[in-house]
Amino acid sequence: MSIPFILFFICAAAAVLGAVLLIVAREPIHSALALILVMMSLAVLYLLLGAEFIAAVQVIVYAGAVMVLFVFVIMLLNAGVEVRTNYSKIAKYVGVPLGFFLLLEVAYWMWGSAVGTTVANGAGAVNADAVSTVDLSNLLFRDYLFPFEATSILVLIAIVGALVLAKKGE
Amino acid sequence: MDFIAQHAVLVVSLAKIAVLLFVVMTALAYVTWFERKVVAHIQSRWGPYYVGAHGLLQPLADGLKFLFKEDVTPPAADRLMYVLAPFLALSLALTTLALIPFGPPSVQLFGQPVFIVANSSIGLLFLFAITSIGVYGVALAGWSSNSKYPLLGGLRSSAQMISYEVSLTLSVVGVLLLAGSFSFNGIIEHQYGSIRHWHVWPQIIGFLCYITAAIAETNRVPFDLPEAETELVAGFHTEYSSFKFAMFFMAEYANMITVSCLATILFFGGWLSPFPDSWKWQLYLPGAGLVLLGLYCAYDTAVHMRGIARIQFAVVTLLCFAGGLICLAPSVMQVIQGPFWFVTKVIGFLFVYVWIRGTLPRFRYDQLMSFGWKLLLPVSLVNLVATALVILLRHG
Repeated sequence: MSIPFILFFICAAAAVLGAVLLIVAREPIHSALALILVMMSLAVLYLLLGAEFIAAVQVIVYAGAVMVLFVFVIMLLNAGVEVRTNYSKIAKYVGVPLGFFLLLEVAYWMWGSAVGTTVANGAGAVNADAVSTVDLSNLLFRDYLFPFEATSILVLIAIVGALVLAKKGE
Repeated sequence: MDFIAQHAVLVVSLAKIAVLLFVVMTALAYVTWFERKVVAHIQSRWGPYYVGAHGLLQPLADGLKFLFKEDVTPPAADRLMYVLAPFLALSLALTTLALIPFGPPSVQLFGQPVFIVANSSIGLLFLFAITSIGVYGVALAGWSSNSKYPLLGGLRSSAQMISYEVSLTLSVVGVLLLAGSFSFNGIIEHQYGSIRHWHVWPQIIGFLCYITAAIAETNRVPFDLPEAETELVAGFHTEYSSFKFAMFFMAEYANMITVSCLATILFFGGWLSPFPDSWKWQLYLPGAGLVLLGLYCAYDTAVHMRGIARIQFAVVTLLCFAGGLICLAPSVMQVIQGPFWFVTKVIGFLFVYVWIRGTLPRFRYDQLMSFGWKLLLPVSLVNLVATALVILLRHG
């Protein structure tokens, strides 16, 4: 039992716990915090796989920027406790077993796959220079420059669109 | 010994964390003393004077007072979040210090660098990652108190921190372009040589943007809107008392120290000396400085101190002399150089912080926002583009 191996299980459990809390919590702020927990645990998992850059960016962008805005909006609107409707019967009797089945399926495929074996052996962990930041930027800004720029233009269009929609009321 | 050899990383890291925590907690206490003293002298007062010689035991007294105060939780508060917020604020503020190199990586113990806890190749990114979630401590404190002033303070502070984080990050990218590295040691080694090679000269605009945004990020005067007492009582920590309040207090000072460390590393050569290597006399500076301080303390003890303060200050004098002599020992002299310059520069930045607090009035909220978005952000963007252009033209 190496330390990265133990860390993996702690963070995996935290991620799942956070995801469940996110749905179960009735106070919107608690849900938001649970989502932050999920993102932070995912960041640690990336780190364990040797993807330092992705881990840091995950925290900066998701936990540090997106979720701060979420929390900010929830605080600003002073959103109250969620009102629960009666659960849909289909979700309860069909959705839950189907979800469970999906989990089993994923577990089955992970069992034999290369990724699953590496993670189980803890060998994928702590391989700091597996993908260095320099490699990553070379990929992004040389090999995949066009898709990268296309994505950024798409995001820009989304921002402009949001502004236009928000302005409509005036 | 076998165990230590096998788990060198773990054992040495734990030891480093323990020492760092002890040093930082003490430093935090004395930064408050330093601030009160400096602000007092700016305002022609004496500051803390009676608890210990020159008020040197005041931080200890304050800490004990915080411990023994009644810990009040408002009945309408969200209990879990209310308790979580100060822990979050303080632990995140302290975590960042693990990434800071206080001395050169060449000084090693069991094959591990002594002066840095986590020697990451993307230290700067990790530091920004940790500081970017630091805002939750303040925001949650404001929300969970379930009271109007804290809520307003928390809201203001989240808005302010999001706004200034953009400029803070952008102002640093220029340095990254120059150094071509995310690692703190890489950035520092790029400034090797003398004071002429420090990044502050080519990045003077970046530095000014950084220091402005950093003061706003740490919620200090003139950007201390989240706790503007004339409008918001005490802002986000209005409802906090006892040690929970002390934790916010410590987090604020820890953040000040982190920001000063970062400014030192990025723009002022970190643990590098400002003089070229060939000037050998600089090796004697740490010891000589301490001995001079000791001489001043001895004079003060003999002439100004009376009663118990005299004994206390005599002890301080002896400590200064002992420290100075140890620093002059040949084997220690080399090791102490890095931390000496680092700490000196950080104290310089802390002084600037306090100086600004002592001189400038607070911004109005709309001024704060338009300053951040309409001036600071464009200037740091232009600085970034200009830096990139110059590097491109020089190196092709």
